[in-house]
Amino acid sequence: MIEVFSEMMSHAFIARAMLVGILVSLCAALLGVSLVLKRYSMIGDGLSHVGFGILTISTAFGISSPLYIAVPGVMIFAVLLLKIGSSGKIKSDSAIALIASSALAIGVAVTSVTTGMNTDVCNFMFGSILAMSTSDVYLSVIVSILVILLFVIYYRKLFIITFDEEFAKASSLKVKKYTNLIAVLTAVIIVVGMRMMGTMLISSIIIFPALTSMRVFKSFKKVVISSAVVSVVSFILGLYLSYVYNISTGATIVLVNLVLFIIFSIIDKIKNS
Amino acid sequence: MVPGKSTLLKCILGLNKGFTGEITRKEKIGYLPQKSDIQSNFPASITEVVLSGTISNNPKSIFYKKEDKEKAEKIMKELGLWEIRKKCFADLSGGQQQRVLIARALCATQKIIVLDEPTNGLDPTISVQIYDLLKQLKEKHKITILMVSHDIERALKYADKVIEIRDSEMVFEGLPKDFTLGGDKK
Repeated sequence: MIEVFSEMMSHAFIARAMLVGILVSLCAALLGVSLVLKRYSMIGDGLSHVGFGILTISTAFGISSPLYIAVPGVMIFAVLLLKIGSSGKIKSDSAIALIASSALAIGVAVTSVTTGMNTDVCNFMFGSILAMSTSDVYLSVIVSILVILLFVIYYRKLFIITFDEEFAKASSLKVKKYTNLIAVLTAVIIVVGMRMMGTMLISSIIIFPALTSMRVFKSFKKVVISSAVVSVVSFILGLYLSYVYNISTGATIVLVNLVLFIIFSIIDKIKNS
Repeated sequence: MVPGKSTLLKCILGLNKGFTGEITRKEKIGYLPQKSDIQSNFPASITEVVLSGTISNNPKSIFYKKEDKEKAEKIMKELGLWEIRKKCFADLSGGQQQRVLIARALCATQKIIVLDEPTNGLDPTISVQIYDLLKQLKEKHKITILMVSHDIERALKYADKVIEIRDSEMVFEGLPKDFTLGGDKK
């Protein structure tokens, strides 16, 4: 295994993917705990579809680094989605489904008119390990460090806001500010991560680690730590297996996550019996 | 739900921005909101929940300070939560959950606690325990307890002062012994 690993790392593109993947997985897991507990899991899915729409349109217009358009674009949608959800006219899950499928449709329509279903578009859908360029690496390293720092700094407040919004408001915490912050950071992580994981699969790395950890651990702190570990382990194992058996990277990572989820569920069952 | 009660509480807490009028608030308020369904499945230990009440003492700090931890410990011991402090909040019975949330409110303040239907969904024996606990805290710590409830019988038994709100209007204000249901307008 170690031999295979060092062979993998000798390829610059895999080394890049490894670095970006570990950071993105870690951040997705941290944000995921809050999103899952606040019942916002579907936001990840919605935003990845919006990201797909923006990426395909930018590619159609021949923009060479579409990430710089997709990141701010998806950020705006993230805040918008939360706003629609809290205004109450359309329930947030329906709002997300509406925006997600529309964005996907626009992306697919634009692609059919212009380039057609080429490999670029296919990569946006299902992810590609080759997609990480050097500028993507810089962007994801900066964003990931930012997410981790903010998470540590605001950890206490995030817990209170996630657990009990009303109490947080009564304690004069700016709930909206932090909820928007989570949404915006999620947007960035999704756009960076979906290049590797793909539009269809990226939301799973946000949801799975938190859900898996919640099977076994019963305190917020332990769930956060466990999610981070589960997410990074799934990524490394997924990348390794996808290299050895030549399976799509995104899909393998999701499957490793699924296996861990099942294992944790069994541990929970045994503990309770 | 009768409209007006929860709104009034939210105004007092400064959560409702849309009202006209003025409320002067000098003390920190410990708030015990109605239960949200998020909490029924939330991985949080009792310690984490109680300790989170101290946030307004040092909102800028990254970690909880030693004094906050000591305060939380003292309150948990007083409310009989110390031995079970590592248990998951979601796994507790309704009465115990309320106890934890009261402890959290006490961490936020020692002056005034605001409760929104604290005995909702609890069976009568447990409700009485919660009322007794609040009474005990009131007498021991000299805390003002402001509570919204539609459990009129018990509210009258435990309260020092009663206000009845009906259709968003105050129809009674005074001592429990003068209270008659239906509200003689004063």
